[in-house]
Amino acid sequence: MSNESVSNEAIEQASLQLDAHVQEIIKWHFSPDTGCSFWLDWASKAGWNPAEEIKGLDDLISKFPHFQDEWLRDLQPEVWVPKAFQGQPFNVFETGGTTGMPKQRIGWSDYKVDYSEFSEKISDEHFPRNHYWLMMGPTGPRRLRLAIEHLANVRGCSCYFIDLDPRFVKKVIADKQFDVARSYMDHVVDQAVTILKHRQVSAVFTTPKLLEALSEKLDLWDAGIRGVFCGGTTMDPQYTRFLVEEVLENRIGFYPTYGNTLMGLAASVPIGPEDNYSISYYAPQPRAVLRVVDPKETSQVMDYGQWGRVELTTLTKEFFMPRFLERDEAIRKQPRAPYPWDGVAEVRPFGAMEKKIVEGVY
Amino acid sequence: MSQLPHIPCLRKGQPYQSLDQIEIQGYSDQQTLATVSTVNAGIIRRDLKRIDDAKAALRAFTVEQLIQISAKAGEAFLNETLPLGDKGHQQSPEDYIKTLSSTSGLPHVMVRRNMQKIHHALTHMKTVLTGLTRGLDLSIIDRGYGEQFGTRISYFPTAKALGLVMPSNSPAVNSLWLPAIPLKTPVIIKPGREEPWTPYRLIQAFIKAGCPAEAFGFYPTDHEGAGVILQSCGRALIFGDKNTTAQYANNPGIQIHGPGFSKILIGEDQIDNWQDHLDLMVASIAENGGRSCINASAIIVPRHGQAIADALGQRLGPIEPTCPEDEGARLSGFANPKMAEYIDGAIDQDLGEPGAEDMTAKYRTGSRKVTFEGGTYLKPSIIYCDSMNHPLANREFLCPYASVVEVPQSKMLDAIGPSLVVTAITKDPAFTEELLESDLIERLNLGAIPTMKISWDQPHEGNMFEFLYKRRSIEREA
Repeated sequence: MSNESVSNEAIEQASLQLDAHVQEIIKWHFSPDTGCSFWLDWASKAGWNPAEEIKGLDDLISKFPHFQDEWLRDLQPEVWVPKAFQGQPFNVFETGGTTGMPKQRIGWSDYKVDYSEFSEKISDEHFPRNHYWLMMGPTGPRRLRLAIEHLANVRGCSCYFIDLDPRFVKKVIADKQFDVARSYMDHVVDQAVTILKHRQVSAVFTTPKLLEALSEKLDLWDAGIRGVFCGGTTMDPQYTRFLVEEVLENRIGFYPTYGNTLMGLAASVPIGPEDNYSISYYAPQPRAVLRVVDPKETSQVMDYGQWGRVELTTLTKEFFMPRFLERDEAIRKQPRAPYPWDGVAEVRPFGAMEKKIVEGVY
Repeated sequence: MSQLPHIPCLRKGQPYQSLDQIEIQGYSDQQTLATVSTVNAGIIRRDLKRIDDAKAALRAFTVEQLIQISAKAGEAFLNETLPLGDKGHQQSPEDYIKTLSSTSGLPHVMVRRNMQKIHHALTHMKTVLTGLTRGLDLSIIDRGYGEQFGTRISYFPTAKALGLVMPSNSPAVNSLWLPAIPLKTPVIIKPGREEPWTPYRLIQAFIKAGCPAEAFGFYPTDHEGAGVILQSCGRALIFGDKNTTAQYANNPGIQIHGPGFSKILIGEDQIDNWQDHLDLMVASIAENGGRSCINASAIIVPRHGQAIADALGQRLGPIEPTCPEDEGARLSGFANPKMAEYIDGAIDQDLGEPGAEDMTAKYRTGSRKVTFEGGTYLKPSIIYCDSMNHPLANREFLCPYASVVEVPQSKMLDAIGPSLVVTAITKDPAFTEELLESDLIERLNLGAIPTMKISWDQPHEGNMFEFLYKRRSIEREA
């Protein structure tokens, strides 16, 4: 199905579903019976009523400003609790790799919904059921840790964890302490090698750089690995090809993902030489919408095949976040089966062509 | 055949076309001449893990056979049409000269001279190895042990491969790695960004001459990839300034080829005849466009400094850029105009420090930095400095540049600092003895010998045999 196009009918149908979902979520968050105090206060000052005026995505784009990340840093978490969830303890998740006060998102079961759905997109051949997984990556306050464990559990599996602190990695790289970064990376990878040598594991979640480092210390196939999903940092086409052909030897399943605490998980369509190893990701629409916008005129989407800044809108009953400008840029891609909506490809840090970005191993 | 040549990465001799490619453009007209595949560090790390079969392929030959192959490669490099890339393009010697000239800024005449140097090294490999090994019976390398000079001798290789992080500024530096092949050591080359041509052509020449392709790794790569080559081969050479090479200064596995700070010293006994040596000084400063580490960058004299500087200014100041095809061309263009801008600015800035005078200025037409037919050039600079403490007294730039400084003969060796080549014009036995004892001088020319003259039977910058092989003591049951 790798290159299947999507019918116009399917695209139209998805668009209608999205508009209906937008309307439902806006009503939820801007109704005093169900909404959270942040959005209700915001609407009272905005001078217009989103619950009445937003009929679909186009309205949302034209009427809401960009979501400010300071709101997730500066405000206490309870302002984001929808009334319908009041009294229910929540998870506090933090975003990945920055220093200082992190962005925080609260949640209850969104991550389970995302990852249960994602489970349907990975094959039993690469991710055998009722077996064991290993996650080597950021655990701590991140949604990803619980999400991966949930995904494993959904498939009848249990998961080993090796933690990686991306904030520490970014700090030492920014300070040019490359030896420290290398040593920390070795420390993390060595722990994974130990697990793989002593336990039966068939699936790995990790970052591209850690995957490469792991493969230099043992033969992944011989260690029993049959599927890898991977995310967190840039994978340009040549690096993706390197991972597929050389690290995974064209025989271990490779599932790149793009996501974060604010969005959830965007799955990729199968990649291969026919795509020139360009990875395209598709948001879990309608719960999240990704657009590739003109950095200078963010109300405008770029043409297909053009680079632009990634804009994320999150639309669940737990969390509403309109038009958040990610620190990423990507190529806008056409809908592709099984996703009848736009995708984003070759995601990399925003401004990567102009300046060197510290990404580290996460 | 596609229109533009594509130079692939060579992984143990096998072409690999990367999805990441850069374009190599002419320095003056920005015309794209080829695309070059670039690879990430991980690919190099993986290939180095499997380098043993490359070494085994070379070990199947004797040193003598590889010397013969080197000689054939030398002829092919100089005279034959060789493959250029993996799209069916071929490169004649004239094509090579034109292409290299258009990306490096070296005029044709200088490229030809560099070709001759490389050809000479390849076709005189026996002499080169005799010099490097001090006359070792080379079959001892084949067998791993033997007897010579009345004693048992055994050598073992110190590295699985020789890593090379090459510069873009002068093709003849490739001659440094050539002995590695007859010494049965695969080479892992990161070419200079603007100069893939020479190492690629050399590899093709070796392969055509019968050398196993597995012996050659050619990896256009990034900074991380260069680090892998330097750290993982066992032995490596890096070229660059102090900023680039400082981190490797204490690593015995990495040989640094940085600035030469080569000098001409004239003794008390010869200084009054300085005019006899003006041609030698001009040649030492300006040959090869002043780009070599063996170009003189300082003239140290006990007196007559002003007069010498003025005479050099008069000879070198009027030199102008010419078209690359001009047989009399003496200046090289800059592939990276920002480098010319930096050098020009650095000289001007330090001229602001009291105690220095640009002696070429009054003989030069216009400014030091000029644009000619789209290319950027730096005209020669001779700077008279009143002391070795002046910031311009012991500098080296990628253009014809030299300081002239008066230093009493008795203080010269305290003042010169590390110097790759020193030409000492003196017949004074005491001064000669001091020079011979100095640990600051890599190559010493005693008498009126230009700094640019090198001997293939004597290494002037590191000994490749001693770098790639180590002697062990051995006993063998009869």
